[in-house]
Amino acid sequence: MKVQLQHLAHARSGDKGDIANIAVFAYEPEFYPLLKAQLTAERFKAFYQGAITGQVLRYEVDNLDALNFVCHGALGGGVSRSLCLDNYGKALSAAVLGFEVALPEAWFDKLRGRHLLTRQERP
Amino acid sequence: MNQTLRIGSGAAWWGDRVEPAALNAEHGALDYLCFETMAEATVSAAQVRLRRDSSFAGYDTYLDERMRAVLPACMRHGTRIISNQGWINPTGAAERIVQLLRDAGQHGVRVAAVCGSLITDRVLELADRVLENGAPVRSLAPDLISAEVYLGAEPIVAALRAGAQIVVTGRVADPSIFLAPMMHGFGWDPLDHERVGAGSAIGHLLECGAQVTGGYFCDPGFKELPEPWNFAFPIAEVQSDGTAVITKVAGSGGGVTLQTVKEQMLYEVHDPANYLTPDVVVDFTQARLEQIGPDRVRVTGLTGKPRTPTLKVTIGCAEGFIGEDMFFYAGPGALRRAQWARKILQERFRIVQLQAEELRIDFLGLNAIHGAATPADAVEPYEVAVRVAARTKTRAEAAKVGREVDGMAVSGIAHTGKRVPHQERWREVIGLWSALVPREAVPAHICYFES
Repeated sequence: MKVQLQHLAHARSGDKGDIANIAVFAYEPEFYPLLKAQLTAERFKAFYQGAITGQVLRYEVDNLDALNFVCHGALGGGVSRSLCLDNYGKALSAAVLGFEVALPEAWFDKLRGRHLLTRQERP
Repeated sequence: MNQTLRIGSGAAWWGDRVEPAALNAEHGALDYLCFETMAEATVSAAQVRLRRDSSFAGYDTYLDERMRAVLPACMRHGTRIISNQGWINPTGAAERIVQLLRDAGQHGVRVAAVCGSLITDRVLELADRVLENGAPVRSLAPDLISAEVYLGAEPIVAALRAGAQIVVTGRVADPSIFLAPMMHGFGWDPLDHERVGAGSAIGHLLECGAQVTGGYFCDPGFKELPEPWNFAFPIAEVQSDGTAVITKVAGSGGGVTLQTVKEQMLYEVHDPANYLTPDVVVDFTQARLEQIGPDRVRVTGLTGKPRTPTLKVTIGCAEGFIGEDMFFYAGPGALRRAQWARKILQERFRIVQLQAEELRIDFLGLNAIHGAATPADAVEPYEVAVRVAARTKTRAEAAKVGREVDGMAVSGIAHTGKRVPHQERWREVIGLWSALVPREAVPAHICYFES
């Protein structure tokens, strides 16, 4: 089955100059290897399309079951120059929650927000 | 030394709520209450305000409100206060705090001001290259407004050692404000990078206030915490070995969980093995988290590596202006009309020869936040706000944005909604650049006052 990342992981973003960091945390340790395999830096950057103009570095933070994506050129030149309504990029982390992840149907009962799964997402 | 130090947060930024600081002061049984009130852009904004208004005091505009809320309890409980509310005038802030203490009948309280972070007059000599683009720092000279170094914990420790009950600083790295009491209380050597790394990491967990106690966390249906309207600011119970329990005052809303602590641990961090502060290079990659009770998370395994020989300086430059305004559509065809309005504005900007470095016309409710990453949506929104923003070299160009949006009121298309322009629809842009300066070239100095 395929579901949106929001059922497997939570995320938070922060800013530093024109660089946004978007950290993704697996809800369960067993979800983490699957995220590591599927949410690569390349796919992450492609998912954010034109919203990230520079390189994306991915740090694997195994002790936290987390991936930290450091996104260059994501904040319109930084908080003071940005024409984006969300100057700080604090809302940027929400987009990745829509990334589609393939997972075994047996994991259905472990997913977060199961009542919010769409008809297409249900096994 | 085996005692526990209780260190609490009083603010995560300038606009933060005040009640949680008062709650921590009254019920946190704190040894130290620490305020972080400076974002990256705060100091440059203060410099711009000072240029326009010479009566501006140059320190946190909420200083009185914050101090009045916590001083009585802190004095009663013997809680020492560390704060970067001094912005570009730490001595002015210290003098104001002395006055507030006297007003409250508190006499003989020692207040220290840590100065030395402002290096506007010396930055062109001290710094070589702009970190963001490698250009010579000298090339920023014509537009330079201000330059401030991020100082570390050591001058705060010196002030505490000299008996200051309240220490107010200019620009200091956020974790350093929380690290200083640990270095002072436990007698940590500034070069003990393992302890100082652990202390800085604990400071990093506290520096964003409610972000570790449930703020910026709840997502209905996925992760929820009780009473999200009533978040407390965090408290760390720190041991001399650099381990800590993150907690909060009982009876407040939110929560301290493995998830809230994890999220804050990586907040604004790039390489988790090498998080640079003026005091140390923090390493989060061996951290272990344990939920040892309700709203109690024990953090161990925090460490660090030797600090760098340089300090980071933020350089603010005058870079022009941003003009911004918006108008609205609703009902059937709202998006179609918004798209037409965008076309009209693009033609108008061509006719009035808008000279913009950058222009955005966003549809709020559709693509304003995630821009090009917004998925194509089959459902038409019922309401669309059209937001127009342009970055320009001159104020006159920025003002064209508001003037052209005004034109949409009677010369646009059907059903255009518009606000009365009550305020200026342009603002000055302070571009921020970073550079490194040698540590020893920026000595801090401390002034002492007494109430």
